Amino acid sequence: MTVGEIIKNLEAMVITKFLPDETEIDWACATDLMSEVLYYSRDSSVLITGLTKQQAIRTADIADIRVVVFTRGKEPDTPTIELANEKEITLLITPFSMFTACGILYERGLRCCPE
Amino acid sequence: MKGGSGAVLNKSMEKNYEGSFHIVGGDFSRAGEASTELKSILQSLGIEKEIVRRASIATFEAEMNIIIYATAGILRYVITPEEIRIIAEDMGPGIEDIELAMQEGYSTAPEWVREMGWGSGMGLPNMKKNSDEFYIDSVVGEGTRVEMVIRRQIFSEGRSNDH
Ligand SMILES: Nc1ncnc2c1ncn2[C@@H]1O[C@H](COP(=O)(O)OP(=O)(O)OP(=O)(O)O)[C@@H](O)[C@H]1O
Ligand SMILES: [Mg+2]
Repeated sequence: MTVGEIIKNLEAMVITKFLPDETEIDWACATDLMSEVLYYSRDSSVLITGLTKQQAIRTADIADIRVVVFTRGKEPDTPTIELANEKEITLLITPFSMFTACGILYERGLRCCPE
Repeated sequence: MKGGSGAVLNKSMEKNYEGSFHIVGGDFSRAGEASTELKSILQSLGIEKEIVRRASIATFEAEMNIIIYATAGILRYVITPEEIRIIAEDMGPGIEDIELAMQEGYSTAPEWVREMGWGSGMGLPNMKKNSDEFYIDSVVGEGTRVEMVIRRQIFSEGRSNDH
């Protein structure tokens, strides 16, 4: 699934400058626990999280994750957005809950990072 | 936090590169900066992507543990053509039962740490998983020392798990 398709499917708002519309995303990782992201994620995955903090961006960057989705319309603070811009990470906000966002992407064929 | 020898880098990697970062306990505002800087040093040396990822993840977990549990610590790195060695040493409470701490899911992290997205008890297991060699040593009331080696050569047999 491309980043553009994720944006469309999740009715998401893009809040960072960097927009790699055509980039392929192979896997999804959905959690609020950063060590879980670091343990289970693969590169070229999307992180879906309710943790709208700088920690989520730092973690994504370390794990080579380029797209982060914040659920339930939760907006991060400015330093978090600035950090994402600096790291060229695309930050999206979806109005959907974590459960629904995952359900939508699963239905469209995206799967959990394999263990 | 102090940057290491990352300023003058040379892609040919004939020499060794060493440096260190000072980590202040409790300072979440800068959490991850040291590991992020080490990651860019590794990238600028042209080290293979998957090796950089493993080293960065292991370092980040070590950095977070210093920030969460210790008063202060130091994160040292030595990069040679063969390996990346990371040593995380802190002044802190130490770990009473290392075997227990190494178990997936074991955590003593307080609520405020969980609210920041940490404390699932996966850090130490993940450091071990991403390292080719992993050593941990701790003295209660003094501190903890973690040493990790990530080899830069990928052998076909895969990583060893015998540590
Ligand atoms: N540097 C340290 N000093 C003192 N105690 C530590 C240190 N590192 C780990 N511990 C102890 O070991 C436990 C397990 O550590 P580990 O990194 O695996 O998980 P965590 O930090 O609790 O959660 P996570 O890493 O998933 O965010 C910690 O909860 C803590 O009790
Ligand atoms: Mg930890």
